[in-house]
Amino acid sequence: MLRPFLFYTVYIRYFSNKIINDKMIRKTVANVTEALAGVQNGMTFMLGGFGLCGIPENAISELVRLGVKDITCISNNAGVDDFGLGLLLHQHQIKKMVSSYVGENDEFERQMLSGELEVELTPQGTLAEKCRAAQAGFPAFYTPAGYGTEVAEGKEVREFNGKMYILEEAFRADFSFVKAWKGDAAGNLIFKGTARNFNPCMCGAATITVAEVEELVPEGELDPNQIHIPGIFVQRIFQGKDYEKRIEQRTVRQK
Amino acid sequence: MLDKNGIAKRIAQEVENGYYVNLGIGIPTLVANYVRNDISVEFQSENGILGMGPFPVDGEEDADLINAGKQTITALPGASYFDSATSFAMIRGKHVELTILGAMEVAENGDIANWKIPGKMVKGMGGAMDLVASAENIIVAMMHTNRAGESKLLKRCSLPLTGVGCVKKIVTNLAVLEVTEDGFLLLERAPGVSVEEIKAATEGKLIVKGEVMEMKV
Repeated sequence: MLRPFLFYTVYIRYFSNKIINDKMIRKTVANVTEALAGVQNGMTFMLGGFGLCGIPENAISELVRLGVKDITCISNNAGVDDFGLGLLLHQHQIKKMVSSYVGENDEFERQMLSGELEVELTPQGTLAEKCRAAQAGFPAFYTPAGYGTEVAEGKEVREFNGKMYILEEAFRADFSFVKAWKGDAAGNLIFKGTARNFNPCMCGAATITVAEVEELVPEGELDPNQIHIPGIFVQRIFQGKDYEKRIEQRTVRQK
Repeated sequence: MLDKNGIAKRIAQEVENGYYVNLGIGIPTLVANYVRNDISVEFQSENGILGMGPFPVDGEEDADLINAGKQTITALPGASYFDSATSFAMIRGKHVELTILGAMEVAENGDIANWKIPGKMVKGMGGAMDLVASAENIIVAMMHTNRAGESKLLKRCSLPLTGVGCVKKIVTNLAVLEVTEDGFLLLERAPGVSVEEIKAATEGKLIVKGEVMEMKV
């Protein structure tokens, strides 16, 4: 009866409370510079956010500071002229944008029309699913979005139950930069309001996922029932700072 | 003839009790203002909220709470937030009952174009292609003609398509029309607008059957 004996030994050794704490995988890095270690020219990055809501402000600032060039950015939008990804466009660091909507940005339009910037427009639901597919290990999926339009050009078309679908491939990226409201050392994340958007879909969808959070709390402070993204999808997490959280269209009503 | 609010008011009559509704940017956003008070409706915004409420009162704006048009909004009791993939699962999975969106052109076969004018305007399709490809019930809200006075209801779309054969109903400043196998069926006239005026403003095939009622708005 050697096997059961060994099993219990292992069980006691690894699953007693004290040892569990020691076995926690920690993802915390000291700052944004450490978080972005390994970022190079020519890489492909995913960046969370919808408009300027929930964008990884610290990571974008660091990319500007590092001056990495010829990068491909997968992001629903391209920021505005002087904020968000607009800062990287201004420095001519972006070679290619993959987005669903790129209004609100004059410099973007100028670079696109002059041919300096390559742009791949993708339906928003397809963009989200290409992230989730990468996260979930699917190489591709069929979607009806874009069938019969120029989005479908060059893509496989297939009929299911009398409806036409096109084959879309999962994204492949080197880094995902996401922003969450709260996070802990294990990399667990909680998002706030509509700042959630593409951020959860991009976690674990690139080789390295970097999460910046408004509030980094000690392990055990987040209720496991409330976690949106488990830490397994995150490689590095850091306490973000100086969030501007700019509002694009401040719209109010009278009391 | 209706103004933009009139179009929104007429479309609001199409919203039924228990509907989950996605509103596009522009005239569709105004529809929320005219939905009857005695029915329960939840508005979905594809950036990740169900149960979207009105704009916040001055001073209560939250940068983390916006709609798809990037405007600050509020959340009603019972609202929920979710990620973009889940949002489009609601749309693609046909869980959203009604989609109301704007258009640059609609063709008599139900094709719609609203995302690109080659060489002039390329802002992107946003969520429109996903919405039109999946929604069972799509209403287009738009002016009947463009600024140059040319019809936006065509035999075939001239602009790059957003979706094929998907539009069911169109509400314009002049009329309510249904897309049928034979063309645009005229259902209602806007107050003070004649069938002849609608015919003149419609390039695609217009079907007129008997007396056409005037809209009640």
